[in-house]
Amino acid sequence: MADITALEAHFQNTIDQEIKIEPKDWMPDAYRKTLIRQISQHAHSEIVGMLPEGNWITRAPSLRRKVALLAKVQDEAGHGLYLYSACETLGVERNELVEQLHDGRAKYSSIFNYPTLTWADIGVIGWLVDGAAIMNQVPLCRCSYGPYARAMVRVCKEESFHQRQGYEILLTLSKGTEAQRRMLQDAVNRWWWPSLMMFGPNDADSPHTAQSMKWKIKRFTNDELRQKFVDVCVDQAKLLNVTLPDPDLKWNEERGHYDFGEINWDEFWQVVKGHGPCNKERIDTRRRAHEEGAWVREAAMAFAEKQARRRAEESSQVA
Amino acid sequence: MEKKNWPLWEVFIRSRQGLHHKHAGSLHAADEQMAIENARDVYTRRNEGISIWVVESKHIHASSPAESEALFDPANDKVYRHPTFYDIPDEIKHM
Repeated sequence: MADITALEAHFQNTIDQEIKIEPKDWMPDAYRKTLIRQISQHAHSEIVGMLPEGNWITRAPSLRRKVALLAKVQDEAGHGLYLYSACETLGVERNELVEQLHDGRAKYSSIFNYPTLTWADIGVIGWLVDGAAIMNQVPLCRCSYGPYARAMVRVCKEESFHQRQGYEILLTLSKGTEAQRRMLQDAVNRWWWPSLMMFGPNDADSPHTAQSMKWKIKRFTNDELRQKFVDVCVDQAKLLNVTLPDPDLKWNEERGHYDFGEINWDEFWQVVKGHGPCNKERIDTRRRAHEEGAWVREAAMAFAEKQARRRAEESSQVA
Repeated sequence: MEKKNWPLWEVFIRSRQGLHHKHAGSLHAADEQMAIENARDVYTRRNEGISIWVVESKHIHASSPAESEALFDPANDKVYRHPTFYDIPDEIKHM
């Protein structure tokens, strides 16, 4: 049996040379576990992420908005499936992953535990929530694990339409009536801080970051990505004529970045632990969909088995 | 609670006429027909393909990374398999 230290050294050396790790390659258990946790969480986020937006499909204000929103939600289902399939290459079953989501062992992005109260929320989700997601996801295209990196390339290509359709909704509202502009500002006020929370805890409170950077699963720290996001959002907000709800937000000449206020981490942890406005509703909806779809999955399997049996019988008769 | 999973299928897409089918990812489906239909929705929403192959994952046999030296090293020292190994006078412009 090969010495585990030698295997680990070889593994790290492969990563240091920017060579991808593929499913059948040797990898440390902790690397596999970290990836399963992160990729499945990511997949669950795509799936649960369909719910807040699905809420507005039937009430989209025009056919153009409706087909765009439908296509976006369909993409999210697709992204969830790319990611589940990447996760399964690590030797975990799809059913197991779904069970982990449904019984609360696996997390998904906390942002989806906030409600979508108005049509402006759909625009803001595209602009800020997808914007933050893209900031997180672009570096993941260079992740050391091949199947995850390849899935992310696909996701990122499709995601940019999501952000643009959201921003376009907001731009339209910003040129609308007084009531529409108020609705826009209100949505920005509610979603700004939760969007900043999407990058996760501050670096000092993020115990996994150092190891994930060493394994090149992560390329930037939470705070680096959050800063980048704030910096790009400021100009985009100006064009929409909205204010970002942070009195401490101002340009810092010395740093060459915007300073911004302290995030309410109590709220963040409350939502992570299940006490956000929609945690229960989201998981109940997912569970119900899964349970009510069970008969379809069983019937399809039974039909497939019957067809296979018939084919076998026919071919034996011919022979 | 159903315990029987839909089997896993590997999906290969030909992006346009004249190119190989290329591995795109995998998905679950009850049978080959459903696998093709699901692959259409999952992997070709933006005209990425004009033809789909699906193969049940259990039918794929792969070489092991552990034996990659034994398999691929023998090609390393065979430079004479490449055209640049052979000296041809400069007067011959194209060969």
